[in-house]
Amino acid sequence: MSAATAAPPAARGAQAPPGAPSPRRARRVNTLLGLLAWVCALVFVLPMAWMVLTSFHSESDAATNPPSVGASLTLDGYREFFGGGGGPSPWPALANSLMASVFSTLCVLVLALPAAYALSIRPVRKWTDVLFFFLSTKMLPLVAGLLPIYLFAKNTGMLDNVWLLVILYTSMNLPIAVWMMQSFLAEVPVALIEAAQIDGARLPTVLTRVVAPVAAPGIAATALICFIFSWNELLFARVLTGVVAQTAPVFLTGFITSQGLFLAKVCAASLVISLPVLAAGFAAQDKLVQGLSLGAVK
Amino acid sequence: MTTPTVAPAEPSAAPSSAAPASRPPGKVRAWVTRAPLLPALIFLIVVTQLPFAATLVVSFFDWNALYPEARTFGGLANYQEVLGDAQLRDSVLTTILLTVVVVLVSLVLGLLLALLLDRRFPGRGLVRTLLIAPFLLVPVAAALLWKHVLFNPEYGLLNGLLTWVGGDKPPQPDWIASMPLGAVEIALIWQWTPFMMLILLAGLQSRPADAIEAARIDGAGAWQIFRYLTLPHLRRYLELGALLGSIYIVQNFDAVFTITSGGLGTANLPYTIYQTFYQGHEYGLASAAGVLVVIGSLVIATLVLRVVSSLFREEVRA
Repeated sequence: MSAATAAPPAARGAQAPPGAPSPRRARRVNTLLGLLAWVCALVFVLPMAWMVLTSFHSESDAATNPPSVGASLTLDGYREFFGGGGGPSPWPALANSLMASVFSTLCVLVLALPAAYALSIRPVRKWTDVLFFFLSTKMLPLVAGLLPIYLFAKNTGMLDNVWLLVILYTSMNLPIAVWMMQSFLAEVPVALIEAAQIDGARLPTVLTRVVAPVAAPGIAATALICFIFSWNELLFARVLTGVVAQTAPVFLTGFITSQGLFLAKVCAASLVISLPVLAAGFAAQDKLVQGLSLGAVK
Repeated sequence: MTTPTVAPAEPSAAPSSAAPASRPPGKVRAWVTRAPLLPALIFLIVVTQLPFAATLVVSFFDWNALYPEARTFGGLANYQEVLGDAQLRDSVLTTILLTVVVVLVSLVLGLLLALLLDRRFPGRGLVRTLLIAPFLLVPVAAALLWKHVLFNPEYGLLNGLLTWVGGDKPPQPDWIASMPLGAVEIALIWQWTPFMMLILLAGLQSRPADAIEAARIDGAGAWQIFRYLTLPHLRRYLELGALLGSIYIVQNFDAVFTITSGGLGTANLPYTIYQTFYQGHEYGLASAAGVLVVIGSLVIATLVLRVVSSLFREEVRA
């Protein structure tokens, strides 16, 4: 069993088993199951497809029953969302989200990379214990620390300040990032590093010439996943920001109780605000599982 | 719990013994090795552990922000009140119900989808991408989509579809009003099924191919292979999905806040704490509830750490 884990997962699924009754029947079953997978995917993505379509409809076409699928397309929903109809402009909120996400991701990288190095390439003693300490902090529910953080922010004048979110999002993502990067740095072959050292390469050279090329895709994926989590966060942003530092998800909460015709606008807003996450998520698709499972699943 | 250090004999990831032995392994040297770790460690302790310690302290005080002068030490009074308060007890129940239903249903759906995707068929990559998409919506956006665009009783898509297929007098239920918690659950299941699918698909693809091949040659049927080979192999991935899902869903705030604003009996613990503190200004009470949530999540967390550490040790040994 344990010897088998090294086998490449190549021969699976498609080919017919040697002793199977009828390969033709197996092929037909396979086609049907493939079809079923397609149907499931389409049903699953239908709400999102409907959201995209609705965002391009006029408000009156968006609010019909039965739904008007073939209604003419317009950009009014988007124009409305970006403040064309006199509503509040989403640009400050988008800029705040971008700032909070990008800067917290940078902070995470600066803190997590050296830590991951000390847990993989040149490990400290009891490095697994340290690794699990990082993970355990992720298990503390955010809401449990909310009040002291709020009081601290209030007393230091940090309320409604994007930099406070940068600090909090850094701490929120740091454990995952350390776990992910540890596993990526551990993939760098030790022999390669030793060979470079024997050739007289100093640490900076080893890091930039040997470690970085191997670990770069993983580091990039880690950064994208941190970006996603920061961009999505609502609870802290909702409690700790107000007018100035409001982020995009907080802006979206303005639609919770809207009345009247606003479906196209909601759809346009939801899509535009989700766009960075969709882009980052699809870019990091292959490493997404690893990040979300805290590095436990490759 | 803290025994994942059963010293994996010579882990490929830990070349410590391979370090040149020429330099003395003194205390200075140990600190040089530790130094890169310290900034992250200190930062994390300050930002995550200190606030929680403060919460613990506040939880023993009778403290309403509207009457700051009346702040007194109350001992365990807040805990008594939290445990005795019907609304808070309800929110504990709601949290458990919400978490269990969402995690179980999305785990089963995720398993079915993963099994469907674990075979070659035309457009497999595209199907996978489509299935991941719901997970990549901003949670508030996904909740708004369900609340306004799908569940709306007058012009939501669900009732629109019912009008299409329902004939003369199609049923037009008010989804959120008639099943508020169900509405929140459906929205969350839709978002979390892709997560489960991704984890289980990774599990399926790490199955030892030759063991399955051998079983097939020995004449095992598809069901037997699934039952006796695939499922045991998937067990830990199922556990991992369930536990990580629980960690995230127990903490869920966005969906409850957006879809029902905690009304109609859908207030879960994070929402109730938010409300107690943010709208009720009951700092002591909110903190006590927060401490209880932490104790609850510690139970889940211990299990998560155990599963992750067993997967991790296997990895290091391989």
